[in-house]
Amino acid sequence: MAADPVNIPEDLRYTSEHEWARREGDVVVIGITDYAQKELGDIVYVEVEVVGETVGRGDVLGTIEAVKTVADLYAPLSGEVLEANETLTSEAEKINEDPYGEGWIVKVRPSDWDEWDALLTAEQYRQLIA
Amino acid sequence: MERHTPLFARHQALGARMVDFAGFAMPVQYEGIRKEHLAVRQAAGLFDVSHMGEFIVEGRGAKAFLNYVLANDIGRIKPYQAQYSYIPNPEGGVKDDLIVYQFDAQRFMLVVNAANVTKDWDWLTQHIQDFDVHLTDISEDTALLALQGPRAAKVLQPLTPLDLGKIAFYHFAVGDVAGIPNVIVAATGYTGAGGFELYVNASDAERLWDAVMETGEVTPAGLGARELLRLEMGYLLYGNDMDEHTLALEAGLGWVTRFNKDFIGKTALLKAKSEGLKRRLRGMLVEDKGIPRHGYPVVDETGQNIGRVTSGGHSPILQKGIALGYLPSNFSSKRVFVQIRNKFVQVKVVKPPFITPEQASQKTS
Repeated sequence: MAADPVNIPEDLRYTSEHEWARREGDVVVIGITDYAQKELGDIVYVEVEVVGETVGRGDVLGTIEAVKTVADLYAPLSGEVLEANETLTSEAEKINEDPYGEGWIVKVRPSDWDEWDALLTAEQYRQLIA
Repeated sequence: MERHTPLFARHQALGARMVDFAGFAMPVQYEGIRKEHLAVRQAAGLFDVSHMGEFIVEGRGAKAFLNYVLANDIGRIKPYQAQYSYIPNPEGGVKDDLIVYQFDAQRFMLVVNAANVTKDWDWLTQHIQDFDVHLTDISEDTALLALQGPRAAKVLQPLTPLDLGKIAFYHFAVGDVAGIPNVIVAATGYTGAGGFELYVNASDAERLWDAVMETGEVTPAGLGARELLRLEMGYLLYGNDMDEHTLALEAGLGWVTRFNKDFIGKTALLKAKSEGLKRRLRGMLVEDKGIPRHGYPVVDETGQNIGRVTSGGHSPILQKGIALGYLPSNFSSKRVFVQIRNKFVQVKVVKPPFITPEQASQKTS
C-alpha cells in the first residue's frame, strides 16, 4: 500500500508552482499536477473568480481549499480566462481523482505564445520534484 | 531528534504520510483524511496516539494531591471510571487538559498531551512534597491505540473475554486483548464516534495493532482525521483552543471546575467568575463557502476585529466550514465574519458540538 508513483504526462507543460498546461488549438487548459493534488490531500473547494478577465503570468487564478491546507492557483501564462470547470463546484474531489482529465480547472486564451515555450517540459518538471 | 512510537514501522508499511507532532513522527493520513474520518463516523478507525503521556499517581494521598493540582473533583469518580480534567495554573490558565483513570482509591493514571509531558511532570513533582504520593512517568513504556467508531465494540469483542457492552462511557476495564494481558480498555476517546482507547505495554503495541487490523473491519486513521473529528465535536485542542494564557472558564472548562475543594488557581478563577468573563470560546459555522483556519481574524459588521479563529476546518459531515474562537462575552454584533484571506465570510455563532450524536456515530445495521 506504499504511495503511488507520481504521474507526469509527457505531452503537457508544467510550472514550478505545480500547475500543468495542455494546448488545445488556441486555448490552454490548466490544472494542478498529480504531485500537487497528492501534497494537498482531499480537496474541498476550488474558487476561480477571474473568469472573463485578462490575467498576467503568475497572477492568482483562484484558490484551492483542501482539508489540510489552502493553496493558490497561479496563471502559467498571460491571457484571457475563458471558463472555469463547473464540475468542480460540486465535485472538487475530481482534482484528486483525475488531475489531468476531469479535474482540469480553467481554460485560458494566451496572449503571448512565447510564454508557452518557457514552461517546463515533463522531464524538467520531473527533475524539479525529484 | 524526532521520536517514534512503537508503531512507526506499521505506519511506514501502510504508506502513511508522516508529520512532526510534539516531537514525534506521527501519521497525519494513510489513504486520505476524508475517507478516514468517514470510517470513524460510520464504522471503525484505528489511531496510534502513543505519543500521549501517561503518569501513574499512587499512594494514600493520591486523591488529596489530585484534588489540589486538578480542577475537577476526583471524589466524583469511582474505581474503573475516568474523568476529564485539567491542570490549572495559579492565574486560572490551563497548563494542560487530561483524562484521569482511577484504578482504586490510591492508584490513578493521568493521560496528558504529548507536548506537555515534561512541563506537567515538572509542575506535578514540584507540588508533591505535602502529599503521601508517588508519581511515575510511564509514557515511554506505554502505547495507546484508539479504536473509534460505532462498530468498535463489534470489532473488538471477538479479541477479548471482557464484556465490552458493560463498559459504560468514561469507564474502563483491564484484561486480555488479543492474548495480551493487562490491556486497559477504556470507553473514552476524542472523536464523539464511540469506541475504546487501549493502553498497552509498548512492547505489545504491534501485536495489538495487528490483531485489530487483521479483523479486516478497521481503517487506520491519522491525526488529520482526528483533528476534524474532534473539531466537529467542539473538543478543545491544547495549545490552540486554550493554553496558560486563556482562563479555563473562558475556554468553557467550567463544567470540570469544582469550587467545592481547594486547588491551585481556584482563587483566580473565582475572582474571574465574580467579575464576569470578558470573552468566551464559541463555535462558528460558515453558512456559505470558505474554510476558517487557525489564526484567521474574526470581525464584526463594522470591520472591528473581535477575535480570532483558534481551530478551524471543513466538516465532512456538515459540508461546511466550522471553527472555534474567542469572542467577547458581550459582543452585540448580530453579524460576525471570519476574514478568509481577502474575503469576509459570515458565520453563525453556535454552541458546539457542531454535529448531533446521531451524526457523530452513525449506526448502520
